[in-house]
Amino acid sequence: MSHQAVPGDAVSKRAPVNRRGTRCDSVIRKKEMAKQLDKSAVEAIANALKGKPGALMPILRRVQDELGWIPPDSIPLLAQILNLSRAEVYGVVSFYHDFRREPPARNVIKVCRAESCQAMGGVALANHIKQRLKCEFGATSADRVFTLEPVYCLGNCACSPAVVINGELIGRTTSERFDAALARLEARLR
Amino acid sequence: MNPTVCVPRDSGAVSLGAGEVADAIAAEAGRRRADLTLVRNGSRGLYWLEPMVEVETARGRLAYGPVAPSDVASLFDANFLAGGQHRLALGPTAEIPYLRNQQRLTFARVGVTDPVSVDDYVGHGGYRGLERALAMNGAQIVEEVTLSGLRGRGGAGFPAGIKWKTTLGVEAAQKYIVCNADEGDSGTFSDRMIMEGDPLLLIEGMTIAAIAVGATEGLIYLRSEYPDALRTLNEALAAAARKGYLGANLCGSGKAFNLEVRVGAGAYICGEETAMLESLEGRRGMVRFKPPLPAISGLFGRPTIINNVITLASVPVILERGANFYKDYGMGRSRGTLPIQLAGNVSHPGLIEKAFGVSLREIVYGYGGGTASGRPVRAVQVGGPLGAYFPESMLDLPLDYEALAANGGLLGHGGVVVFDDTVDLAQQARYAMEFCALESCGKCTPCRIGSTRGVELIDQLVAGNRESAQVLRELCDTMTAASLCALGGLTPLPVMSALKHFPQDFGLAPEGTPSGSALR
Repeated sequence: MSHQAVPGDAVSKRAPVNRRGTRCDSVIRKKEMAKQLDKSAVEAIANALKGKPGALMPILRRVQDELGWIPPDSIPLLAQILNLSRAEVYGVVSFYHDFRREPPARNVIKVCRAESCQAMGGVALANHIKQRLKCEFGATSADRVFTLEPVYCLGNCACSPAVVINGELIGRTTSERFDAALARLEARLR
Repeated sequence: MNPTVCVPRDSGAVSLGAGEVADAIAAEAGRRRADLTLVRNGSRGLYWLEPMVEVETARGRLAYGPVAPSDVASLFDANFLAGGQHRLALGPTAEIPYLRNQQRLTFARVGVTDPVSVDDYVGHGGYRGLERALAMNGAQIVEEVTLSGLRGRGGAGFPAGIKWKTTLGVEAAQKYIVCNADEGDSGTFSDRMIMEGDPLLLIEGMTIAAIAVGATEGLIYLRSEYPDALRTLNEALAAAARKGYLGANLCGSGKAFNLEVRVGAGAYICGEETAMLESLEGRRGMVRFKPPLPAISGLFGRPTIINNVITLASVPVILERGANFYKDYGMGRSRGTLPIQLAGNVSHPGLIEKAFGVSLREIVYGYGGGTASGRPVRAVQVGGPLGAYFPESMLDLPLDYEALAANGGLLGHGGVVVFDDTVDLAQQARYAMEFCALESCGKCTPCRIGSTRGVELIDQLVAGNRESAQVLRELCDTMTAASLCALGGLTPLPVMSALKHFPQDFGLAPEGTPSGSALR
């Protein structure tokens, strides 16, 4: 498991500057507003689900499903609401592959790397996809358009190789089929 | 009456365009003012024919496939609603040899019914097992399951009846039924097909388990990779509750059973039952020491029955038809039927439910029709990422818990993945170690560190360092003997089987030749 740097570290806290070197207050304001929105969303989710036995997983699941990631600010918040230590919450967030500690790009592509897909040319397909998206597994492309994630079996082994484009499962994926799906996606983005 | 047209909602079929086909059929029917009832059924499991469209006619159900949206207009032209001839016509579905030659007990309704219709389920024999169970006491139900010989289908093969008996014997204010639906083993998809194609069967099985041991709460731990199964399960749960098959007073019996789905977060290790309990309790999925057994002290410290989807889905038929009916299928100590999942490089991948004892050769060639690439079969991996790689010469092995174990393999969850002669088994062995390193919970050293050292040793071996073979062998011994759970304990299976049967891929001489002595 590769451990990324904890979000919210010194680098990402550096204030954005414009070309003349002065601070962009509007950018900071927007970021702060987004943070506040995320925080109240997390709070609402936690308060709605905290009565369930073993509530932390369902809460994190819904935070991830609604926000796309687990913002670092939600860790102390959840610890407080659930009467857990921050370490316990962070430990759970960092244990599970699904929970992202960085926001994903607006398009998330998942590629199955398991045996059945390997047997049907999955390795070559994965290489093609990496090249097309200009992105490695577990990373986001420089233009922040794509996040590429590995997945180990989608249960679609009888239709190998399988990929997921923004939640949509595609079976018997060839390079051509993938490129066509990508072209449709890019046409929608334009 | 309107003709009924079935287009699967199974995620595999949808991944091949079943959704678009269903839309095209509805649109074309509207254009032609043709009245029809569109049902989104489960998949029959004939995946090379998906999207497979079925029509109910006077001659029974007729199949067409694989259908693309562009074929829909010509299907209407050919009057497929009345079973008209078309180049995609497959004839009566039940007569397709792949399906006809199966023994579908657990999968009897999958692909036949509307998965979320309780009426359809009951109309096709559903809930008869529960009806019988409600007339029995707990000990009688457990006895029936024990006599059937049903063993856990998740991989370990532990007799279900014995597990249930343990939980039945414990006095507790609260007991739980937990369904392990974390079908993480690559190459397997039978749990998904049940949850998407006949979820009420799983619900019925869990309800029977609950009445048997006196549990009132049930949880299904579903992997996050199955969003369609989640949707279908939740629809089915709501439908069952509406009809009084779940809730405070199920079927008017005065007994309560509530069922909820919990979704995992992409950790393979949570398919291990104690790691799953940790995850359900809201913690990291770290494996627990046993004892205590979950059957005595499981979820939140309460007695808990944990079975996988297929195990629980096999219970209704046992209660309905009796233990002897079920036990008559199978061989040796493996009783009943096994839903075999055939995948990888194979012409006809899909779901094959057969009595235990069918040979790998019959599955790979008889059903599968050999490789999809047309090249020779070189290796077959049985039982998921922790299963052994067998060479073509060993395909006469029967699919049976004991026979595979005796040959250095395991049956696991019943997945069979076929590879052609382009496969490099050293790379597959490396992948097995890499996967273990990625998914290890980190609690025990042999698994956490052994897996990483294993990757390095295979790399050294492939680079020409022959002494690494012996070190790798010893490492695998340690992992097998000293790991806390099956992940570290069984990762050596694919590695050692690859090394044993395909030494040339590791740059070693085949067994029996003098320079191959490093291989024992």
